[in-house]
Amino acid sequence: MRYSALALLAEAFRGNAAREPVWREPEPKPAYDVVIVGGGGGGLATAYYLAKVHGLANVAVLEKGWLGSGNIGRNTTIIRSNYLLPGNIPFYEWSMKLWEGLEQDFNYNAMVSQRGVLNLYHSDAQRDAYARRGNAMRLHGVDAELLDRDGVRALAPFLDFENGRFPIRGGLLQRRGGTARHDAVAWGFARGADRRGVDLIQNCEVTGIRIEAGRVKGVETSRGFIGAGKVGLAVAGSTTKLADMAGLRLPIESHVLQAFVSEGLKPAIDCVVTFGSGHFYISQSDKGGLVFGGDLDGYNSYAQRGNLPTIEDVMECGMAIWPGLGRLRVLRHWGGVMDMTMDGSPIIDRTPVEGLYLNAGWCYGGFKATPASGWCFAHLIGRDEPHPAAAALRLDRFATGHVIDERGAGAQPNLQ
Amino acid sequence: MRIRCPHCGERDAQEFGYLGDATKRRPDGPGASAEAMFDYVYLRNNPAGPHREFWHHGAGCRTWLVVTRDTRTHEILAVADARAAAQGDGGDGR
Ligand SMILES: Cc1cc2nc3c(=O)[nH]c(=O)nc-3n(C[C@H](O)[C@H](O)[C@H](O)COP(=O)(O)OP(=O)(O)OC[C@H]3O[C@@H](n4cnc5c(N)ncnc54)[C@H](O)[C@@H]3O)c2cc1C
Ligand SMILES: [Zn+2]
Repeated sequence: MRYSALALLAEAFRGNAAREPVWREPEPKPAYDVVIVGGGGGGLATAYYLAKVHGLANVAVLEKGWLGSGNIGRNTTIIRSNYLLPGNIPFYEWSMKLWEGLEQDFNYNAMVSQRGVLNLYHSDAQRDAYARRGNAMRLHGVDAELLDRDGVRALAPFLDFENGRFPIRGGLLQRRGGTARHDAVAWGFARGADRRGVDLIQNCEVTGIRIEAGRVKGVETSRGFIGAGKVGLAVAGSTTKLADMAGLRLPIESHVLQAFVSEGLKPAIDCVVTFGSGHFYISQSDKGGLVFGGDLDGYNSYAQRGNLPTIEDVMECGMAIWPGLGRLRVLRHWGGVMDMTMDGSPIIDRTPVEGLYLNAGWCYGGFKATPASGWCFAHLIGRDEPHPAAAALRLDRFATGHVIDERGAGAQPNLQ
Repeated sequence: MRIRCPHCGERDAQEFGYLGDATKRRPDGPGASAEAMFDYVYLRNNPAGPHREFWHHGAGCRTWLVVTRDTRTHEILAVADARAAAQGDGGDGR
């Protein structure tokens, strides 16, 4: 069924008689042309674009849990393309362009909301850094506006402008940035892929990768061997576990990142605001809860839960820019396992194993990348050549010295 | 998460800074090959399970420690002075 206002109205009169599951639950076939491991945002978007753009429908997505049970369902939903470095800007801007047409394209309401992303600055040096970033963005055709204090005040009058340690002097605004409903993004891509013939196979954990004479032959799974001409890995925090199965060592560590939601409020904040002197970002969901987060916990982890010092730090950062938050109660919090690279930028590339492709290293920023991650990975797998927007996101850039160190933190994954 | 510092006793993890994988050894001298430096700087085993890692007791005795911790549960299995670890006793107090 194609979703539309008319279809909704017609179904209301028919008592939802035509209501059907949004995707099939197929049994795995013995073999596919392409197997994508990981039913998160990246894997589902890849399958969708493989079918839609490259005409490949003999494709399966294998997910060890349920679709969207990983980071795609755990993030703070911020989308933006306010990057600084040449290898990153074209890729994230391509993603932003895809977001802008996504809901029409896959016929699903992903609640994409271009409400603006505002990065606060608190010192002269930081203003200069943001001016430089804004200029880099504009040179690449991305929108950016440098606001002074009054400009910020007009957008968010409740912030603590006169804070003694972190006075707010202005901000860098990307109006086209914003938020999207994270689960709905996974569901929209899943539905679109399923309708084009892709098999979405849940509760199917990949436990081994079969390689013969340097070429991938398929994957061992909890539901038996599944043959494949090509295998694409899109498993985020589990990337090095899968790489181990193929004998590959990667410049990636797994780290935990936490997020928080407050009790519901009336509309309070209508854009995304980030703190400039610590790591903190906040927005409001359509349900009314404030959604916020901050730094990684900082140590290697596969636990999907964090510790109290980070929670305290996030709350302190929040209070530094918005003291009114102190009147709120936190409703829930959780963690996700991030695939942190050594330069903070992702990898979309071939591997030394023929037919095995890698989509990884999303750090804490892979949600905004979801459409372009899928688009570029599908291009790489479908045509066996890198997409121009992702050409710099190479696996060998660490060995050759072409790192994309957006934060300038060096090879220290917990500081990216 | 609490870490039992050999000098200060059991302390909140907040008192410690994290450096990461303690199994890496810097290749020796300017003669080290590019491959060996690449491996040292960038490649990590990233185990899901026991992980030997450097922590610094910055808000305590300021000693560097080698902590063995399970990355699946955050359970701390062993703590030793980094100096002792570097001098070859395995770093887990053996
Ligand atoms: C708290 C938090 C906040 C975040 N905030 C933002 C944000 O505001 N903006 C932003 O852009 N990004 C954000 N991110 C990052 C973003 O969510 C991730 O980078 C992105 O979702 C990762 O790509 P993915 O969706 O493909 O991963 P996932 O959804 O994690 O998909 C990987 C899938 O692989 C599956 N898998 C793993 N191993 C196997 C196996 N052996 N066999 C089969 N399947 C397997 C997993 O179950 C999982 O479903 C945040 C992340 C977290 C945790
Ligand atoms: Zn101590």
